[in-house]
Amino acid sequence: MTTATTTAGNLLITGAQLADGTTTDLYVTEAGTLADPADTPAGVQRFDAAGLLALPGLVDLHTHLRQPGREDAETVESGTAAAARGGFTCVHAMANLTPVTDTAEAAEYVQSLGERDGHCEVRVIGAVTKGLASEELAELGRMADSAAGVRVFSDDGKCVSDSLLMRRALTYIKTFNGVIAQHSQDTRLAGASACCHESEWSAQLGLPGWPAQAESIIIARDVQLAELTDSRIHVCHVSTAEGVEVVRWAKKRGIKVTAEVTPHHLLLDTPLVAGYDTTFKVNPPLRTNEHLEAVREALADGTIDIVGTDHAPHARQDKDHPFDVALPGMIGLEQALSVVMEVMVNTGRMDWPTLVQRMSVKPSEIGQVATQGRPLRPGEPANLVLVDANARAVVDAEASRSRGRNNPYHGRELPDPVVATLWRGAVTYQR
Amino acid sequence: MRHLLSCADLDLTSATAILDLAEEMQQVQSRPVKKLPALRGRTIVNIFFEDSTRTRTSFEIAGKWLSADTINVSAKGSSVSKGESLRDTMLTLDAMGVDAFVIRHSSSGAAAQVASWVRAQVVNAGDGQHEHPTQALLDAYTMRQHFRRIGAEGFAGKRIAIVGDLLHSRVVRSNVLLQRILGGEVVLVAPPTLLPTGVESWGCEVSNSLDAVLDSCDIVMMLRVQRERMAGGFFPTEREYTETYGLTPERLAAMKPTAAICHPGPMNRGVEISSAAADAANSLVLEQVAAGVAIRMSVLYHLLGSDEGAMH
Amino acid sequence: MADPATNTPTPPFDSRVVADATEFARALTRMAHEILEANHGADNLILLGIPTRGVQLSQRLAALIADIEDTPVRQGELDITMYRDDLRANPTRNPGRTSIPGSIDDAVVVLVDDVLHSGRTIGAAFDALRDLGRPKAVRLAVLVDRGHRQLPIAADTVGRTIQAAADERVAVLVSELDGHDAITITRTVKEA
Repeated sequence: MTTATTTAGNLLITGAQLADGTTTDLYVTEAGTLADPADTPAGVQRFDAAGLLALPGLVDLHTHLRQPGREDAETVESGTAAAARGGFTCVHAMANLTPVTDTAEAAEYVQSLGERDGHCEVRVIGAVTKGLASEELAELGRMADSAAGVRVFSDDGKCVSDSLLMRRALTYIKTFNGVIAQHSQDTRLAGASACCHESEWSAQLGLPGWPAQAESIIIARDVQLAELTDSRIHVCHVSTAEGVEVVRWAKKRGIKVTAEVTPHHLLLDTPLVAGYDTTFKVNPPLRTNEHLEAVREALADGTIDIVGTDHAPHARQDKDHPFDVALPGMIGLEQALSVVMEVMVNTGRMDWPTLVQRMSVKPSEIGQVATQGRPLRPGEPANLVLVDANARAVVDAEASRSRGRNNPYHGRELPDPVVATLWRGAVTYQR
Repeated sequence: MRHLLSCADLDLTSATAILDLAEEMQQVQSRPVKKLPALRGRTIVNIFFEDSTRTRTSFEIAGKWLSADTINVSAKGSSVSKGESLRDTMLTLDAMGVDAFVIRHSSSGAAAQVASWVRAQVVNAGDGQHEHPTQALLDAYTMRQHFRRIGAEGFAGKRIAIVGDLLHSRVVRSNVLLQRILGGEVVLVAPPTLLPTGVESWGCEVSNSLDAVLDSCDIVMMLRVQRERMAGGFFPTEREYTETYGLTPERLAAMKPTAAICHPGPMNRGVEISSAAADAANSLVLEQVAAGVAIRMSVLYHLLGSDEGAMH
Repeated sequence: MADPATNTPTPPFDSRVVADATEFARALTRMAHEILEANHGADNLILLGIPTRGVQLSQRLAALIADIEDTPVRQGELDITMYRDDLRANPTRNPGRTSIPGSIDDAVVVLVDDVLHSGRTIGAAFDALRDLGRPKAVRLAVLVDRGHRQLPIAADTVGRTIQAAADERVAVLVSELDGHDAITITRTVKEA
């Protein structure tokens, strides 16, 4: 159903421009690494990349691949095909699978699916608590020591609400330099039915409100626990101005905190839910413009370190319910770069080197993925994406490589930058 | 007008036309043969995912008196328990050739979602905490009758206090939208914990004191306060609520002599409304119930009377 | 073209007056006498005007009859919108008022309309009456009979018989709504 990942290498990419503006040829060897173009043997396949940008392959720290458990919604194969289409060469599979990735065995299984079916590197995120139940710690150490080498732990979709449990988890992961990626949601202020940014909109639409402070309160607690334990916390999908302010404060204090924003929280705003189209139901919810401006500014100035897609495919039947009942989440791998370009680059808020930091280098650092987010120079792995900065297209949900059709950008004209993606030297996507 | 999902779907012409026709429809209630042939051959399905005997019955009677074939489907919990999505449930019924759905659902926006899925026309009979447009129309109808009795015409300059749980009320949203069209001045009165976020933007006066506004209002509409809200910490005790926001005999006496009382029901006597107020000569509560059928006949006629589904 | 709510032809179509106010009044007076004559007096009579202009005509006839007999006569309005057989095919009409002065049971009901054409309005009026009670007899009084009937219906009392072509519109104007009384014929298709 998707472009098969071809065998690696022996390809000369000519005339590509790097993020820093310099133009270069890139020789991709059969071993899947970059080598000096001067050493290119005669007769290799050539790819004319004049006018295109070559960027390190994008890395997503926040991906829901749904396998095992909900293969009708997504599989490792379909999800990573979508990732390749979006220019990604590495994704991090969130732990909220069935079974939950809360043991070494479960982590190794997901890892093996990635190795078998992946169109990009699949790194495994382990659960913080058993069954995501926020009661007992999951097997953090065994997952870290497993073949999956888990370093990022998250109960994403659910918040680790118990402060004491969170403190213990932060303390425990220090021994293997782990990081906890928290879904920040005070579940008393924003309960299970909360589905619309608390605002005039939630009041007018009669939808249970999700106040900004339900996010910032948990971030404030967690950064202080990170300070207390001298451990690392990563804040998933920061969506509010208040959340940004807390992260900014914590960074100023020297706390080991990193933060992420999703493409949809950069572009899409609360009024989109006015038609009760459940495609736009996501958790945390779409925010109002002042919050969008705050997260854009924070992504530009580095308060927010990375873009994470929170790619969350759902089967149609899980979305065809009333708004407060339908499952939250939207897909995002294929349009992540499009949205970041539209909101950040094309508006002059961010340059290409910064985009590379936010979408490739920093996520690799947080996830401790040695082979990703590397500069495009001889000796480095050939993980790269070729970008046409001027191409635009109207998004068609049906054209997605993901099994999900919950694409919030459907019908919207956006940049359509990805011309080709190479992972370990092999073409995983080509237009 | 194809659907009636929200009072925002109305304008002054259509709202007035619905109220005017309801007056004619109310006459039918006193006829020997309570039957008009206007909707002969039309099939209306009343699908209620949430119980409401009052609303369902009045829609059923309204449809039958207009000669439509009305079918009641009690769908409470049924589809979800079978794992069927709302969309599948509605498409299944739609495929049977239904002309209109009257839908009640506990989720906000359900009627709008259904309207986007089905061929049939849709009337919102209450969706979650969002809207209940026919209730607002029958409230306006009853108020208009009252204003006429006291020699006034129209809503301009009339102050309508809506008192109680505004946060969870679909009735208040519909009434605010409808009065924005009809010209009445709505005063919202509630404990601060039961006021919706951003209520300041609704263009209404907002007060936390019933006593402060009571003597200036022409209509005092009391909303039901559910006991479970107390457990949710929205207010301390029933007694405190009643003392502060209840329409007690003392407050009844403090109302303008020409003012009237409304309540969309069901009433919690002794909590938000005293029996003295509920049964007072200026209580319009039973008139509201009586107007329910006439308003729903008028709405069904305006939606379904013509194949064009258009009102002028 | 005409505004269906007022039945008033809109310019620029040619319109000619076939009866002015004097002839109009003369016809109504004769109709009042005919109704009385047929009914042997005003006893037990109810005049029901069919909106829109049947209502004004019915009010005028009732006044004339009351004048002639020196006794008030019951008069009301019977809206037939919901009984129309073309209800669904047209844009939604806002129905007019129905107001019946007392019970019609065992009364002699005289339906009053402005123009009798296809007969479908009167057919619908019979259905409407059936839902209101059981009159002893139903009579029909129209100011203009213009022919082209589609149902087996005939008027008992006719003010004026006019031979109008199918593409012509016959309109009754009443001073209450239109400023003056007249019967006009308008060509509905403008010729080149």
